[in-house]
Amino acid sequence: MSTLAAPIDESDLARLHAGLVARAAAADLVDVAYRTHDGPLGPLLLAATPAGLVRVAFTVQDHDRVLADLSARISPRVLAAPARLDEVARQLDEYFAGRRRTFDVPVDLRLLGGFRRSVVEHLSAIGYGRTASYAEMAQAAGSPRAVRAVGTACALNPVPVVLPCHRVVRSDGSPGQYAGGADAKLALLDLETRVGAAA
Amino acid sequence: MDQPFERVVQQHGATVLRVCRAVLGPADADDAWQETFLAALRAWPDLDPRANVQAWLVTIAHRKAVDVVRRAQRHAVPVAEVPDVVAAPDGRDLDLWAALAGLPHKQRHAVALHHLGGLPYDEVAGVLGGTAAAARRAGADGVAALRRTYGATSPGSTAAPELAAPRTAVPRAAVPRAAVPRAEVPRAARAATTNEGVGA
Repeated sequence: MSTLAAPIDESDLARLHAGLVARAAAADLVDVAYRTHDGPLGPLLLAATPAGLVRVAFTVQDHDRVLADLSARISPRVLAAPARLDEVARQLDEYFAGRRRTFDVPVDLRLLGGFRRSVVEHLSAIGYGRTASYAEMAQAAGSPRAVRAVGTACALNPVPVVLPCHRVVRSDGSPGQYAGGADAKLALLDLETRVGAAA
Repeated sequence: MDQPFERVVQQHGATVLRVCRAVLGPADADDAWQETFLAALRAWPDLDPRANVQAWLVTIAHRKAVDVVRRAQRHAVPVAEVPDVVAAPDGRDLDLWAALAGLPHKQRHAVALHHLGGLPYDEVAGVLGGTAAAARRAGADGVAALRRTYGATSPGSTAAPELAAPRTAVPRAAVPRAAVPRAEVPRAARAATTNEGVGA
């Protein structure tokens, strides 16, 4: 126990942090910028490298664990730098409000390689309000028999919502698994059906 | 290190700010704080995972703060009268940072590194030079002087501060924050406490 009292204002630390982020960005020292963003599916973690959006994560995926993973796999130069994610946050707001059907932000898929990456790259081909089966995705990715591997690839989609793995469903039409939970998948499919029908 | 750097800022931001303020006073501490974390961010991926992060940061912060003092001295204007001790009329009302500014150089830095930064005295000696025993004495004398000017004791505490081994972060507020505005210390008075003279 020290006997010195030295209170520090949170507002001072917030101001200093903002200055640090600006200086670090100017010096190209922010390898991973992140923020959380509230929406109808709960707070989403958004993370970007200088190349683009690298991660979107739901609360159930444990944001702290996701950040630790990004730190270990990309770079530990990770900072809360909200402004870098403003554009994607704005587009998510529009999407959840039914005013946007496609996302227009650079995406960095460095966390995926090989077949998984190829599957995730094909997700944008499934139009708003439509669905594709795991088998159809396997075909699209050039390996018609790799249905199970498509399921794994979708589960590992690093940027859910923005790349629409929620539009990949079982052949019988039931939704199937989702990183954000089955309810989140249903909510997204429902949103797109409602907005699509109203159009 | 492969932990997210943001956690380091959250965990140690306040401690680093205390060290910077103790050496520089509140007005000039901000730049040293940012320089500290910018340098740490640069070096972070290469830091040994076993390193004591707080001790590492406190050492960087002290160096950056001393750099700011030196830069200020290069531009310092000599003044006619320099108060060598900043005294509070009734003890507790004086801001801690102003009270620290009134301490002799070595005491001020020993208190900053040990009591606010949590650095053990052998490492304080490594930063300031001299022996660990001398650093311990400077820290103890500094805290004793602060007790007189600032009243820097936690209520009911009788333990000598030098017996405390603050390897962990210093608790936030053992004494209620002074309600009065911070006492303004002339820039020259701060520079004078570094024992390196005032003029250019």
